[in-house]
Amino acid sequence: MAKATPSRAQVWWHQGLPVAVVLLAVLLLWYLAAWVLNAPGAIERVLDADVGYTWQELFTATMSMERPLMPAPHQVVLDFYESLTEWPLDSPRNLLYHVAVTGESTLLGFAMGTALGLVLSVLIVHSRTLDRALLPWIVASQTVPVLAIAPIVLVILGSLGFSGVAPKAVIAMYLCFFPVTVAMVQGLRSPQKIETEMMHTYAASRWQALWLLRLPAALPFLFPALRVGVAAGLVGAMVAELPTGAQAGLGAKLLTGSYYGQTVQIWSALVMSAFLGLALTAMVAAVERVVLRHRGGV
Amino acid sequence: MNGTLFWLGMAGALALAVFSVIRIAALENRWSGLCTAGLFGLWVLFFWEVLVRALEVPRVLLPAPSLILGSMAEHAPKLWGDFVQTVGKAVLIGWALGCGLGFGVAVAIDRMPFLQRGLLPVASLTSAIPLVGVAPIAVMWFGFEWPSKAAVVVLMTFFPMLVSTLAGLKAAGKLERELMYSYAASYPRTLLALRLPAALPFIFGALKVNATLALIGAIVAEFFGSPTQGLGFRISTESARMNMPLVWGAIVVAAVTGSVVYAVLVALERRAAFWHPSVREG
Repeated sequence: MAKATPSRAQVWWHQGLPVAVVLLAVLLLWYLAAWVLNAPGAIERVLDADVGYTWQELFTATMSMERPLMPAPHQVVLDFYESLTEWPLDSPRNLLYHVAVTGESTLLGFAMGTALGLVLSVLIVHSRTLDRALLPWIVASQTVPVLAIAPIVLVILGSLGFSGVAPKAVIAMYLCFFPVTVAMVQGLRSPQKIETEMMHTYAASRWQALWLLRLPAALPFLFPALRVGVAAGLVGAMVAELPTGAQAGLGAKLLTGSYYGQTVQIWSALVMSAFLGLALTAMVAAVERVVLRHRGGV
Repeated sequence: MNGTLFWLGMAGALALAVFSVIRIAALENRWSGLCTAGLFGLWVLFFWEVLVRALEVPRVLLPAPSLILGSMAEHAPKLWGDFVQTVGKAVLIGWALGCGLGFGVAVAIDRMPFLQRGLLPVASLTSAIPLVGVAPIAVMWFGFEWPSKAAVVVLMTFFPMLVSTLAGLKAAGKLERELMYSYAASYPRTLLALRLPAALPFIFGALKVNATLALIGAIVAEFFGSPTQGLGFRISTESARMNMPLVWGAIVVAAVTGSVVYAVLVALERRAAFWHPSVREG
């Protein structure tokens, strides 16, 4: 251990500063884009071309339009903040209400998809027939836009009488299922031959070998797949909210916003869904850290 | 009586299917894997067709494969138009632009570690964000036609390519770099002769992932609003009209496209990165 561990300030200087600069640049570009994109609309609708206007007037007009082509960041932040503070939690005007609706179906589908993927990968690893008959199809499904069958799932479950959270969860489930299965098959097969042979010399049963060797070895493979899965599940849940004319959920919020041309609302819903995606991934990463530390790895 | 006979036959067919798949899977030769998967697929199609007809499952729930094929043949010009609209324009152009931009930016900031350290965490985080959500905004900016879909695809494919290329440019080994240095090779020469070739497996990895992402992006963006053509448009409108065979047909088109593109990229990778261990072993 020749390398000295860098202090906190050094880490910040090394990592945080560049990120902060990039984010600041994005913010500036956003303002610039808002100005350029909104200028024609502002000249047409807000300012009087006959009287004439100054640059300052044009700038302030583009920053505070009712339905801008590109809302300025502070408008989005304001709308975001107002929706969180000025409306009760169970009101559709509050973004957290939509987060709860979408998050619920995402998490439910994620849990179901992960469980299904775990069971199937264990079966595949232990059965040569399943391995050869099923695995190629599951791997091939990764190259196919499986999200496209979401409307079919909605129609089928709808005509069977399911509504509400169930169809959305099913879509999130099958989107999570594929990456988890593929990664887990890889992970369960990752132990070296010498390790499996050692389990054999201990006369360990298949269950013991699975529980004591294969599953712990598969964990580092599982978590990246879970991160992919939860992100895919969120997209699935949001897409599932589109065609049903659903009233609640971030996907529905995006769609109603675009129907009524409420650009600021679209952007704040978009920011909210980005936060939800980051929160879900962070949750998986936190579980990963706890589990892998417990295992003694990393 | 007929019913009993039919179910006896089905039980026999099921036994035959299970037996044949198990037997072929147990064979030890090169083609066993492929044959098993193919045979399994054929049996699934067989039971799908027969059971859907025998149990008279409503078309809305599950159309028989023959019905899907028939619908595809009947609406072939329509589906071809959808294919050209979605894949030929939105996906292809968006994918090429997004991957090209990602690659270009990665090479451009190769010599700026400060920007790399700033961009990489941000770019990696975008994989957790449902970027397709920008579709309504893209429609507002670029209209209902394909440019708005291509814009969504550009956004979705840019970041994976950026992250992969940056990782790939770091992949060349220390020994090789030092060799180039001892040859007094210039920066562009090292980049072209050593580091870009070493990055090829990463770049192809991103190209493959992005091909699927681009299809998803274009199709989902069409759910948000589209002209009267396109695979996503077909899927959403025909499922609203309960014309499920055609919906399945559009999905078959999308699935086949995804697989073919993937296969083409794998073949290209084998030619371009023929020296790489992962290619040589396979």
